Amino acid sequence: MLLMKVLKNDKPGIWLLGILLVISIAVPILNLLVPESSPFHISTYTVTLLGKYLTYALLAVSADLVWGYLGILTLGHAAFFALGGYVMGMYLMRQIGERGVYGDPLLPDFMVFLSWQELPWFWQGFDQFWFAALMIMLVPGILAYVFGYLAFRSRVTGVYLSIITQALTYALMLAFFRNEMGFGGNNGLTDFKDILGFDLRADSTRIALFLASAVALAIGYVLSRIIVSSRLGLASVAIRDAESRSRFIGYRVENIKLWVFVFSAMMAGVAGALYVPQVGIINPGEFSPLNSIELIIWVAIGGRGTLYGAVIGALLVNYSKTYFTAALPEIWLYALGAMFILVTLYLPKGIVGLQLQSLRNLRIVRMVRKIRGAKV
Amino acid sequence: MKAMQSLREFSRRDRVFDFLVQAEPPALDLSHNIILYLEGINKSFDGFKAINDLNLYIESGELRCIIGPNGAGKSTMMDIITGKTRPDTGQAWFGQRLNLLEMDEPEIAEAGIGRKFQKPTVFENLSVFQNLELAMSQDKRVWPLLMARLNGEQRDLIDEVLTTIGLNQLASDPAGKLSHGQKQWLEIGMLLMQKPALLLVDEPVAGMTHQEMDRTAELLTSLAGKHSVVVVEHDMDFVRSIARKVTVLHQGSVLAEGSMAEVQSDPRVVEVYLGE
Repeated sequence: MLLMKVLKNDKPGIWLLGILLVISIAVPILNLLVPESSPFHISTYTVTLLGKYLTYALLAVSADLVWGYLGILTLGHAAFFALGGYVMGMYLMRQIGERGVYGDPLLPDFMVFLSWQELPWFWQGFDQFWFAALMIMLVPGILAYVFGYLAFRSRVTGVYLSIITQALTYALMLAFFRNEMGFGGNNGLTDFKDILGFDLRADSTRIALFLASAVALAIGYVLSRIIVSSRLGLASVAIRDAESRSRFIGYRVENIKLWVFVFSAMMAGVAGALYVPQVGIINPGEFSPLNSIELIIWVAIGGRGTLYGAVIGALLVNYSKTYFTAALPEIWLYALGAMFILVTLYLPKGIVGLQLQSLRNLRIVRMVRKIRGAKV
Repeated sequence: MKAMQSLREFSRRDRVFDFLVQAEPPALDLSHNIILYLEGINKSFDGFKAINDLNLYIESGELRCIIGPNGAGKSTMMDIITGKTRPDTGQAWFGQRLNLLEMDEPEIAEAGIGRKFQKPTVFENLSVFQNLELAMSQDKRVWPLLMARLNGEQRDLIDEVLTTIGLNQLASDPAGKLSHGQKQWLEIGMLLMQKPALLLVDEPVAGMTHQEMDRTAELLTSLAGKHSVVVVEHDMDFVRSIARKVTVLHQGSVLAEGSMAEVQSDPRVVEVYLGE
């Protein structure tokens, strides 16, 4: 019921969910049932790649929610993604058990290597999936809450806020690089074996992870759509366009920003948690400021403030990235930069805006024709 | 001995501790028919005295025009009333009970003081209707906002305000498309949605055409009575057309007060403002 109501005025959203449903059915069939010799077969590699794109898309939706609707240009959103990823990584590390290189039943390999004697307190409980699942949301959420509470209360906005978010992710990266932090330092967490008892290398597990990513994207999109189409969403847009005006009307700008930011961080955390088992590694590089900036580029290219634009942008840019880095590796960064500049100059509303524009043009053309026809 | 006594005082069974008394919910108290008291207010910015021992009383339901040359402290006064600026000394009360100096901007807005800015700032990407919906007096915490649905009563209120400000036909247009005058009316409409007891209107007719001005004059006079309205305006013709009582500000304090005719014949006023 609620779903129908929310999607009533959101045609692109219906398309998006429809496409997600179609690929969720088609991809497993093409992977598992169609024989490898057939041209329609989709390799497990491709399935994992698609799954990875979907988690990126979810991350992009979360960034669009705060940038597109609240006007917070966050340049550190990938930090929440990486944190969610690390939490998932910790769970996966604990699942390895005795199968590690050093065969220690309790300690992950890197701890044995650093000759630690016991499990640090913050690694406790991560052998339980429910606990890890909770932490995937809570850890990014709490960091976003503390950060947002301080930043929004002191009314830090605009470029200053962007710089602070950038510093946040950079500080986290430096911290996670340290071996003493207890998260595997430089190498991060890897060599995962299984998740919930299923072998991570098995095709069926890969398919399940892909499906989980599709479902997470669909849920994340719908929840975000519920928020932006509610009165809270109207208030967010109002804050984005005229912050002090909204304050005079009586909106607690800092609270609205804070909670939407926290929700978005949790969504990014879930995306990270689904990303890690599919790529098989999480290391401090994920906190790199560059990742967060790239994320903003996805949203900008797709079309800011539409949610589905973020999905399109994330998929498109990442597909081109995969293609370019394989075909013309030295060109990729230039191509990304060029895309960003072109979009900023000629498509301020992103690819989605282009499509809306042409539709409107068509309508105008039709109207003009009608008027002419009437005159004749 | 004294200690004993205070201990006994402390343990009396009928004693009520201050912290146990629930703070009385502040409400607008208009028992003396005065809605706004500004007394002995001073404010200086880097040595410049923007407000200098200002005393101003606004009666409930009145339409008051405030005039004064540039730098007379009109905008600073508005800022102090709405909580944007804190005065160095002085008192500001809303009705008998609400101390404006202890409240922040959203609290003051919630208590019933609405302000229209000089430059119209409407939410350009939202429709006229949505602008009014947002401005409505309602529970503005995060969760209630997420769950909020427009009910019939609220829709009626919005329609009523749309009629008052004459933007019925444009309800679903983005506010960014409105003309300058229409934006000003929308702003006034947004103020009305908050059902404010006191409306502060800053230069409502700046940049308006004559027809728009007449329309605005009509609108503001129709609001007086139901609300108290304070208008700050430069345009003397406009002030003449609506004013019942005029206050002249000069160098941060009240120079003269009275009907337009009285004020105009005051030699001091003529000197600083009208005679130019």
